[in-house]
Amino acid sequence: MTTSLQRKPALSITHHTFVIERIYPHPPARVFNAFADPRLKRRWFAEGDGVSVGEYSADFRVGGHDFMRFAFPGGPAMTNETIYFDIVPDRRLIFAYYMTAGDVRISASLATVELSSQGTGTRLVFTEQGAYLDGNDDVAQREQGSRKLLSGSAKIILQSSPQGG
Amino acid sequence: MLNYSPHIDQVFHAFGDSTRRRMVEQLSRGPATVSSLAGPLGITLAAVMQHLTILEQSGLVSTHKVGRTRTCQLETAGLRTAADWITKHRASWERRLDQLGALLAEETTDKTR
Repeated sequence: MTTSLQRKPALSITHHTFVIERIYPHPPARVFNAFADPRLKRRWFAEGDGVSVGEYSADFRVGGHDFMRFAFPGGPAMTNETIYFDIVPDRRLIFAYYMTAGDVRISASLATVELSSQGTGTRLVFTEQGAYLDGNDDVAQREQGSRKLLSGSAKIILQSSPQGG
Repeated sequence: MLNYSPHIDQVFHAFGDSTRRRMVEQLSRGPATVSSLAGPLGITLAAVMQHLTILEQSGLVSTHKVGRTRTCQLETAGLRTAADWITKHRASWERRLDQLGALLAEETTDKTR
């Protein structure tokens, strides 16, 4: 006899693609090196914004894995594992990565980095296609946010419909 | 350019009906059986089921059957603000790429000393 307690959590995937561009006043080889040299990469990729980095390892080659364990102040333990699919020195990187938070997988992504000369500098184009998973934030937070969103949405609909619902 | 999840369109479709809004409002106070939803709304069980189908498709509500009773509850996953998480995620890459630039500038300064 089934009980109402046996519920499977809802699974969902939100797909999203975004692009970020930068122009750096440095030649492509230097920008590429910031990805290739693990001591440099750690500093701009892992660190910053109060993050504490527990573990960081890198293996910069096609098929190689980078791994890091980190946490934001007051936040859950997180991991990021990256695998490289394509490396064209000074020109292109293609890699995939997933992230976990509190031992739950929260995303899996495919990313590309394209480098091209722009005068004496470099144009960098970062493109990510991500699968963002299951709306994994704190349930209580979500419910609170949802009630606000519900009443907000209801207001919007009521205000915009001629009969007022 | 933000790519809105199709869920959001379905959520607005779900909300575009006053009966469904009242059902969601009741469920925000706690789970309910299909028959206990029908009563206060003054509509048939069949009508409730039709509305529930739309609400389930939008991810706002989930239902499950226990014996012969179908129970409904608010499914907050449908209102997950995926856009928020995506915005934060993109922002973390913006910050990283800014940090990359600052690091290269610092490295250049070090080299010219």
